[in-house]
Amino acid sequence: MAKFRIKAALLAGALTLALPLIAAPALAQGKVLRWASQGDYLTMDPHSQNEGLTRTGSFQTYEGLVGYSADLKFVPALATSWKAVNDTTWEFKLRQGVKFHDGSDFTADDVVFSVKRAQHPNSDFKTYIASVKDVKKIDAQTVHVETNGANPILPNQIANIFMMSKAWAEKNNVVNPQSYKDKEETFAVRNTNGTGPFVLKTREQDVRTVVAKNPTWWGLKDNPHNIDEIVYTPVTTPATRVAALLSGQLDFVLDVPVQDVERVKRSAGLQVKKTNEIRTIFLGLDVGSPELKYGDVKGKNPFADKRVRQAMYHAIDMNAIAQKVMRGDAVVAGMITSPGVHGYEKALDKRLPYDLNKAKALMKDAGYANGFGIKLDCSNDRYVNDEGICQAVVGMLAQIGIKVDLAAQSKTLHFPKLQKKDTSFYLVGWGVPTFDSHYVFSYMAQTPDGKNGSWNFTNYSNPKLDGMINGMLSELDPAKRDKLIHDAWTILNDEIIYLPLHHQVLNWAMSEKLDMPIIADNVPRFHFAKMK
Amino acid sequence: MLGYIVGRLAQALAVMLAVALVAFMLFNYVGDPINNMVGQDATTTDRAELREQLGLNDPAPLQFARFLGNAAQGNFGLSYRLKRPVSVLIQERVPATLELVFLSALVALVVGMPLGVYTALRRDSWLSRVILTSSLVGVSLPTFVIGIGLIYLFSVQFDWLPSFGRGQVTHLGWWSTGFLTKSGWAAIIMPAITLSLYQLTLVLRLVRTEMMEVLRTDYVKFARARGLSNRIVHFHHALKNTMMPVITIIGLQVGGLIAFSIVTETVFQWPGMGLLFIQAVGFADIPVMAAYLVLVGAMFVVLNLMVDLAYFVIDPRLRMDRGKAAGKAT
Repeated sequence: MAKFRIKAALLAGALTLALPLIAAPALAQGKVLRWASQGDYLTMDPHSQNEGLTRTGSFQTYEGLVGYSADLKFVPALATSWKAVNDTTWEFKLRQGVKFHDGSDFTADDVVFSVKRAQHPNSDFKTYIASVKDVKKIDAQTVHVETNGANPILPNQIANIFMMSKAWAEKNNVVNPQSYKDKEETFAVRNTNGTGPFVLKTREQDVRTVVAKNPTWWGLKDNPHNIDEIVYTPVTTPATRVAALLSGQLDFVLDVPVQDVERVKRSAGLQVKKTNEIRTIFLGLDVGSPELKYGDVKGKNPFADKRVRQAMYHAIDMNAIAQKVMRGDAVVAGMITSPGVHGYEKALDKRLPYDLNKAKALMKDAGYANGFGIKLDCSNDRYVNDEGICQAVVGMLAQIGIKVDLAAQSKTLHFPKLQKKDTSFYLVGWGVPTFDSHYVFSYMAQTPDGKNGSWNFTNYSNPKLDGMINGMLSELDPAKRDKLIHDAWTILNDEIIYLPLHHQVLNWAMSEKLDMPIIADNVPRFHFAKMK
Repeated sequence: MLGYIVGRLAQALAVMLAVALVAFMLFNYVGDPINNMVGQDATTTDRAELREQLGLNDPAPLQFARFLGNAAQGNFGLSYRLKRPVSVLIQERVPATLELVFLSALVALVVGMPLGVYTALRRDSWLSRVILTSSLVGVSLPTFVIGIGLIYLFSVQFDWLPSFGRGQVTHLGWWSTGFLTKSGWAAIIMPAITLSLYQLTLVLRLVRTEMMEVLRTDYVKFARARGLSNRIVHFHHALKNTMMPVITIIGLQVGGLIAFSIVTETVFQWPGMGLLFIQAVGFADIPVMAAYLVLVGAMFVVLNLMVDLAYFVIDPRLRMDRGKAAGKAT
């Protein structure tokens, strides 16, 4: 036993002595950018999952025909130009001399293949190109995309479709996007072969994903970034994520918690970049049901009365929420889409003023002087401080007699509940990947018909508005189209089926050694980065 | 004797079935996996189709039978989130957790036992009191706070140790180990200490109590009377007899370590099974959650079974009583 004790003591001693030695940080070769956020990419298959962070992963190794500038303008990428050759055909001229990571040439056949692959039922990207009837190779550098009816926003939509190598996909048996039906892992889930600025080096799901500079990338001369390697690590615990940034183990944190922003700002060697995200947070009201499922008014629906909706709007003091709950990191909203989206107008983005007396008068007019009871469905892990926002709203509506019972729960429970239309009053946030108002209207305001209106849980249906939304998709005259969008927003704002709250604000925390623009769709693009 | 073993096995099996049923039932009502699998743009038809493909529309008993049949073959299906076989995922994560648990248990024993012996022998010294008091403080702080505290101290303030991850790992066949690299050792120190603290206190207190108990027994008194040195009495007579119950408890606690590692792994982003489980919970990734629960359940059941059977082998009284009872019954 004595021997054992001595050995133990020796071991413990050795461990203690070794601490400072083994803690010396390994010296990195070249410029390595280490970053983290809460979760991991769902898959490396570029056509499987349309989710924010997964797209971030894809944007490193893959590219679309149309690309994005740092201020989210659509710019030439794998296509050098595009134009509508007639009402239903878009022509894309391809960039020549582009090579995939495996050294093969990027060709028109790859474009045809990729667009069709993204239309496969397994693909989560098929909605973007739902209007595409056919894709045709005209010659080595020309591709025609034919649509069902005219579609002026096709380039915006097709920007979200990543280009893959046909030969590589055929060789590795991944002609179709990854599927759940076959219950198998495909080659494309863990391997990539794009044309993008970085080449996938190692992929360990949930642990580490490393990409290296693509020295032969066509865009290098316009974007002379100096990043040799990017190491991405998901770090779930917010405190650990911030600690890793503070201790210099990370250069960039995508989702720094709001309460830590000030702390990071004050730390030497770190900076926080801030911008308005293209995402608006708002409340939805069931205006169409004859009786509210989660309300205590029987035989009628108080939300069907516009005066009630208006009263609720007047009763929400959004400035207070922005200051107290969001710590200033919110832009008060009067429409449910944010600056940066085509059709957004400053003049339309005006809230009804906070006015309790007017709200009370409206409630009295509508016959609800004593108010009523209602349940509010809210997520608590999806948007910045979502539960806090809902709590504030509960208190504010109480002042006009509306007793709100708050049901705040995880997004894994919240969104299914909404999708079953099992709600009367709910919180939701909406981003716009195409940067066009049509995306908002077709999901949020169009009458649900199995394809459109799939996020319209308000039971609101307005044939006139539906006609205008379809018009937005096919109107080719920009002036007429803009008028249509403007009129549609005016109707939606006037109807108050949604109570706008705020446009979300992004905070990216990074080392001062890193010079990288913050991008409003919350998708970092590292080829714009420079490291000291 | 055979009857006793068969009885024990049957009990173990019943427990496992119950665990499997709970796993299956609970997780069928946690969130909606479909919603997590598809993007916000999926249509209602897509959702319904996927639901059908995954068999989520079948009657519950059928789903449970299918679940059991597959589980028996080690097949827990495809993770909803990672789209990869759960068995492969777990196999990838097992080394990280086991290395962490192994080192934690080692720390708990190597530090806990000498401290326990010391505090038993020098009951009234000021050092003993300091050790006992600080062990109480250590054990009453939540793991989360200890972990974050260590990170704050050793990563943010001193910049000695990495705050997350497993460092560089070496692959030996399917086993990945962090024990062969500097960064691997640096990365495991803080999680191992965090995880071991509770067990360390347990070992310390157990050894101390047992030791004090043994020191009061007659054979120790006789040993002293025979004029044996303190060292021989303490370490040969007393400590040896202290070890039996301590080792039993430690054996059972290994299961606890694996279960407790969830919090530690989350704080340190340690890529083990616990982290896999937590990530699965956030996503309602039913196959992974079910597999983890069944696995941990199996681990506890096996450990208990082994302890039971070991008692049966070691303790002749147990065999006697059983024999007599059986005799009376017939």
